[in-house]
Amino acid sequence: MKLLIFLLSLCLTAPVLAQDSMPPAPYAYRQLDDPAQEAKALELMQTLRCLKCQSQSIADSDAPMAGDMRHQVRTRIAAGEEPEAIRAWLMERYGDYVSYKPQISATTWPLFAIPVLLLLVAGLVLRRRLRARS
Amino acid sequence: MTRIRWTLWAPLAIFGAFVVLVGYQLTQPAQTEVESAMIGKSIPEFDLKPAFADRPGLASADLRDGQPKLLNIFASWCIPCRVEAPQLEQLRRAGAPIHGVAIRDRPEDVAAFLAQYGNPFTRIGADDLSEVQLGIGSSGVPETFVVDGEGVIRYQLIGDIRPEHVPLLLEKLQELAR
Repeated sequence: MKLLIFLLSLCLTAPVLAQDSMPPAPYAYRQLDDPAQEAKALELMQTLRCLKCQSQSIADSDAPMAGDMRHQVRTRIAAGEEPEAIRAWLMERYGDYVSYKPQISATTWPLFAIPVLLLLVAGLVLRRRLRARS
Repeated sequence: MTRIRWTLWAPLAIFGAFVVLVGYQLTQPAQTEVESAMIGKSIPEFDLKPAFADRPGLASADLRDGQPKLLNIFASWCIPCRVEAPQLEQLRRAGAPIHGVAIRDRPEDVAAFLAQYGNPFTRIGADDLSEVQLGIGSSGVPETFVVDGEGVIRYQLIGDIRPEHVPLLLEKLQELAR
């Protein structure tokens, strides 16, 4: 009886283990025929975040959704769209988060401004010291 | 003399403040949900074929017929989608029109899933390449969008619909119907 219950429960777990059974999107794993276009697509894919796996780029991830995003990037590049336009299209939908490429915006400008400011201050202090010495 | 001391301690104080800030942020839970940036924007144009034989497919025009709707992103292979099935049924019974988008799914799997867990959908589009999902800024299954009569996305619920979300979603629909 116990064995029967065990076997029955195995039958019940089978659909739980099932993952999405669709084949990957046509251009998820297939490179574009034109090497120049593929290089463009790859460069962009390496700087786009996989939304399912979050710390991987879509070029590195095997998640089905990352595959669908690669398909989207490759078909758009093949249709002549510029990589930055595709990035903008995704950022319009998912915000800055989807892109790994740093962008200067209302919230990120201090990250770029502070190092410049610190360098300026350091330069001024150094100049004053050197002058005082000589 | 005292002025020199102050300038000596200042960098250490700044460093200390930085350590405290990092320590505090480390104890905060990380945000793992990606919110759609499409809220307040119109749904993109699409025309999806039916996900299985019993319901028509879904096009963007179906979401612009003047009536606010729920748009549920689901899949038969998604476990939390089973958990939210009773809540979707409850919403349907309360009169909420619900359209579905099945992500990367086979018709026979969709049919089996709906036969087992119930079918609250009026129309179900098959999104085999996640194109509509990407188009509306959804990053997983299940997600539920509230779309107004003109096809503008008004609200996004990430994850499965829990019982406490049912009145919230009905309220959102009622607000838009006015």
